[in-house]
Amino acid sequence: MGFILISLIILIGITSYFLGNLRAKNLRTSNQKNLKSLSHYYGYYVALWAVVPALLILLMITSFKSFFIEQYVLSDFIALGSYTETELSLLFTQIENTAMGIKLFDENTILIDGAVNKLNYINKTSENLTYVTVLGLSGLLVLYSLFNINNKLNSRKIVEKFLLVLYFTCSLVAIMTTVGIIFSLLYETLRFFSQVPITDFLFGLNWSPQRVFVREAGDLDTRDLANAFGAVPLFAGTFLIALIAMCVSVPVGLLTAIYMSEYASPKVRDWAKPIIEILAGIPTVVYGFFAALTVAPLVRDIGQGAGLTVSSESALAAGFVMGIMIIPFISSLSDDVIKSVPQSLREGSYAMGATKRETIVKVLLPAALPGIVGSFLLAVSRAIGETMIVVMAAGLNAKLTANPLDAATTITTQIVVILIGDQEFDSPKTQSAFALGLTLFVVTLALNFIALQVVKKYTERYD
Amino acid sequence: MKSIKIKADNLNVYYGEKQALFDVSMYMEEKQVTALIGPSGCGKSTFIRCLNRMNDVIDICKVQGKIEIDGNDIYAPDMQVEQLRERVGMVFQKPNPFPKSIFENVAYGPRIHGIAEHKSDLEEIVVTSLKKAALFDEVKDRLYDAGTGLSGGQQQRLCIARAISVNPDIILMDEPCSALDPIATARIEELMGDLKTEYTIIIVTHSMQQAARVSSRTGFFHLGKLVEVDKTETIFSNPSDQRTQDYITGRFG
Repeated sequence: MGFILISLIILIGITSYFLGNLRAKNLRTSNQKNLKSLSHYYGYYVALWAVVPALLILLMITSFKSFFIEQYVLSDFIALGSYTETELSLLFTQIENTAMGIKLFDENTILIDGAVNKLNYINKTSENLTYVTVLGLSGLLVLYSLFNINNKLNSRKIVEKFLLVLYFTCSLVAIMTTVGIIFSLLYETLRFFSQVPITDFLFGLNWSPQRVFVREAGDLDTRDLANAFGAVPLFAGTFLIALIAMCVSVPVGLLTAIYMSEYASPKVRDWAKPIIEILAGIPTVVYGFFAALTVAPLVRDIGQGAGLTVSSESALAAGFVMGIMIIPFISSLSDDVIKSVPQSLREGSYAMGATKRETIVKVLLPAALPGIVGSFLLAVSRAIGETMIVVMAAGLNAKLTANPLDAATTITTQIVVILIGDQEFDSPKTQSAFALGLTLFVVTLALNFIALQVVKKYTERYD
Repeated sequence: MKSIKIKADNLNVYYGEKQALFDVSMYMEEKQVTALIGPSGCGKSTFIRCLNRMNDVIDICKVQGKIEIDGNDIYAPDMQVEQLRERVGMVFQKPNPFPKSIFENVAYGPRIHGIAEHKSDLEEIVVTSLKKAALFDEVKDRLYDAGTGLSGGQQQRLCIARAISVNPDIILMDEPCSALDPIATARIEELMGDLKTEYTIIIVTHSMQQAARVSSRTGFFHLGKLVEVDKTETIFSNPSDQRTQDYITGRFG
């Protein structure tokens, strides 16, 4: 139903554009009226009246319809007063299925039969009613706006104003989404912290949420809770793996960027740059099995050859592969910022008798520093948020260690572990995922903030 | 007759397929200002950029012919470009101070060439260079502020200070005043008068008045050829070539 109705509205919109345009032209020629805007703006004006209110009404009808239908269909059951809200909504689903011909009830009571009939009736009626309301409104407004066209009406201004509202609404969507996500994170996190003290979460050294899960929710021991949700091993693991990743990607990425921007001939650049950027396009799960099947055994074999004990899943393997994954973030962005340093600065340095290396180290890199720092921080956020590689190559064991050859786990990995499978949403175990998510969010936000400050301070000084 | 500092012999320059300079031969006298004038795209900037081999930076640029400074061929295979550029400084059309402090801008050259042994030597070089560039009094209280924060004219004088910090023999100026207002231009011209007692100066300029004011010899370039080079008074009062006559009287260019 929705598709046909929306198509009809759009059709009316297109037609009314031409009507508005035509009417404006006629007015101009026949009455010598001095219209304030060009004819096609009157077309847009009429079309907006035809489409926008109709769509808004349709949106309202569809969002409230189901509630009223449910109320109407279940009115007999509600009148009985012996059903809880959950039972009612379950009942409604059953009735809906019965109406579609699926046999769910052992025997259809009069009440159920009545409800099914009501449902069929109301569905049909509401559909017709929607068509009439929406199309009628659209048509009326087209007529209204067509007759509204006169020399006092400045349709161009109205169209511009409408676009302004549209732009604003679009940007509001992104903002509201962010706010919504933060609030849902905050809400669940607060519920979690009402059961587990925040200090235990932030400073506890033991992470084993499974222990809580095996018990009945009723007899949770607070002492048990305190020991199960210490997130420090996760923070440490995240930090360790991100650090290893940065140790790989920063030097390789930066030197690649310098080579690409200053040394490579255009020919080499043309084929090498896309290949490097492909690295960023490889799905992380592919990196994951590269890490788990190739790098981790390699690290283990080399380590054992050197007489070290290496677990088969190591932070080093995961960090190394993650480092490779984020090389393009650093190399590509830094390459762009180094390239965008004005040629006049290069010439100025060469003219002083500086060599290429001196020019790069003493002039280009300092000038490009804000962008380079930005690329590092972007890469760090990427490394901290990365999940798949760690799940596959670094293990799930939350162990507090600084040894890169040991298994480690990260915040994101634990969120995955916690939320896989069926979960009760009111157990502290599930809620701990939200607390971890919020922590991750705060850390990333702080990183971005620091990055902005660094960039700002530097640019204020030198630009 | 002054002694000859720079001598160019049958210089031909190509950008890829396109020839930018045709058989240019001229000399420049020591501790004098030589001006190069001519309409846009006539090759005067290309010529000046050959004198410190700045054209090396451009891949497709090819230079044929000979340029001698103090009798040494600067395109000889054993010539170190970095040392050549230490002796031949350059000031560009648009002021291009590095995004560093005023002090660091001037200290850049002495640092990379290892001229100053101690920090005090470096400070002395910076102060003297800024004084020679007539900038010191304006910036002495803010030597550690950003060089890019100065006004256009000050930035250009900072670039001159940077160029003379390594004590070159020659300073090339590629339209140094074209991005500046008349007052800043007057200051730079005045400065050139002071500097020529120590340095050989080659200036490319669009302004014929400027060439007349600052230079002792002037060369006129047109379509990649050196049409005429002579004493500045002669060029502006009694040129021997019709094209020069047309250009200086404003018939084209």
